[in-house]
Amino acid sequence: MAKDSDNLLPVHAAPAESPLDAPFPSKRMLVNLGPSHPAMHGTVRAVVELDGETIHGMKLDIGFLHRGFEKTCENVTWTQVFPYTDRLNYVSSIMNNVGYAMAVEKLCDLEIPERARYLRVITSELHRICDHLTLVSAMGLELGAMTVLIYGMEARDLIWDRLTELCGARLTSNYARVGGVSRDMPDGWAEKVLRTLDRSAEMADEIDRLLTRNRIVIDRTRGTGVISRADAIDYGFTGPCLRASGEPYDVRKASPYLVYDRLDFEIPVGTNGDNFDRYLMRMEEMKQSDRIVRQCFEQMQPGAIASDDARFVLPPKPEVYGTIEGAMAHFKIIMEGIQVPPGEAYACVEAANGELGFYAVSDGGGRPYKLGVRAPGWNMLMALPQIMEGHMLADLIPTFDTVNMIGGEVEQ
Amino acid sequence: MSQAALQKLKERFPDAVTQTYTGKGGDDVALVKKEAIAEVCRFLKEDPDLLFDMAPYITAADYMGSEPRFDLVYQMYSTRKNHRIRLRVGVPESDPVVASVTPVWKGANWYERYCWDMYGIRFEGHPDPRRLYMYEEFVGHPLRKDYSLRGRQPLMPERTVDEPFRGPGPTGG
Repeated sequence: MAKDSDNLLPVHAAPAESPLDAPFPSKRMLVNLGPSHPAMHGTVRAVVELDGETIHGMKLDIGFLHRGFEKTCENVTWTQVFPYTDRLNYVSSIMNNVGYAMAVEKLCDLEIPERARYLRVITSELHRICDHLTLVSAMGLELGAMTVLIYGMEARDLIWDRLTELCGARLTSNYARVGGVSRDMPDGWAEKVLRTLDRSAEMADEIDRLLTRNRIVIDRTRGTGVISRADAIDYGFTGPCLRASGEPYDVRKASPYLVYDRLDFEIPVGTNGDNFDRYLMRMEEMKQSDRIVRQCFEQMQPGAIASDDARFVLPPKPEVYGTIEGAMAHFKIIMEGIQVPPGEAYACVEAANGELGFYAVSDGGGRPYKLGVRAPGWNMLMALPQIMEGHMLADLIPTFDTVNMIGGEVEQ
Repeated sequence: MSQAALQKLKERFPDAVTQTYTGKGGDDVALVKKEAIAEVCRFLKEDPDLLFDMAPYITAADYMGSEPRFDLVYQMYSTRKNHRIRLRVGVPESDPVVASVTPVWKGANWYERYCWDMYGIRFEGHPDPRRLYMYEEFVGHPLRKDYSLRGRQPLMPERTVDEPFRGPGPTGG
């Protein structure tokens, strides 16, 4: 008996002529992902060439959400551009407002009051938390962890409730103005924000406990969607995606704007440049943003929230209704737009996804002559075909999540 | 924000760099001749004192009525040296062709496609010179100042696309 079984060959060593051994005929296949696909975050179309489940080639087709942002901005006054910038990255609109306002202020050579700077930082960092919560919970959802989305959305909406009390809208905040911000904090707002931050930090911890050591999440994200530090720089990555690859570039530290030089916070830096590191960057940055907001509330003093330079900022309402000069100044700014001195300037801020830059050109009139947007998501999306080459189709989904392409800003 | 970088660039390319100035808010700008842009960019990326390693933000502006009509803008940043400069390249309407810098930085790819799509500036040596946002049948370049704000274009019939991997037979083989 023992001798007979020795002669039996294991199945996998059967002669190649066996029909069981015939290779599986695989045919290259083109798959269209999007433009309307729940995991394609808006309206990106990816054409993927598959061999089995492996991606052999990928081309991205964007523009389905192109709304002519630049053309529109060239035809409205400088102030009217603010609502359009809200719709670039609609999850963290205040950072877009601030970036654009800083570009115009650079052209106008305008200093803004201290309190306005703090308010811009506070609202930007609150929105950064919102943006990162969205990313983390959407990633959880798409990897099958629906609960995470519910926690994330609850925390995000709490913060949006506070921002609604400040600027009247959840998403389209339209908060910054050339020369300052549009509204001061309502009474008791700081305490409410601190309570909200406590609650949202609890939720973020909950998400952390659900995801960070979760076997499935680790298997799906660690080692997938890898980009090296050199490639990330070469592609122009910025923000958490660049830092996950090990390059500690952050506009807030590299060229501090507003009051970031007075605040104590750290920049998390990853090592592997994979989806898991990009996720971890977001989790840590939320904690740092929390710290920044708390410090701002401690440091800020009462004062003006907008510059009093009558060339660029609307006069106070009592003057508009009470004096002819005030009424005229108001009328001219509203009807003709602020007269920005001719020239060109580039200003950038660290938005939730990286360096958000505005290149503004003025011909001296009331409207932008040219307004270019360096959207951070652009570079990350551009690199996707290279990142995904030779990897599984299923890995495309978490990679698409962690590069956090926002259709509004990429497709303008 | 780097006078030293501008100085070095000017010394290395005395002919190609026609002017340098410090613009609004301290932005350092160099005006570069169109013919030399690829060479200048490679130098900026590789010179050990400059090391503009990050892909630049490239955009264009249309100064209709002046010559040269278009202005290509390269907003550069170095992660090694933490400095920024801006290059401006005049592009005449009669010959809107510029050497591509995508071989220098991979990240320039879509920005150059954007400039082609929106302004009609062509990039020689670009690996994928399609439009970025608009469809191929689109006529004109929307961000040119002479393109109407309310410009409408006719609807295009759907394109038929051949399945490149389909074998013989009705269902493929």
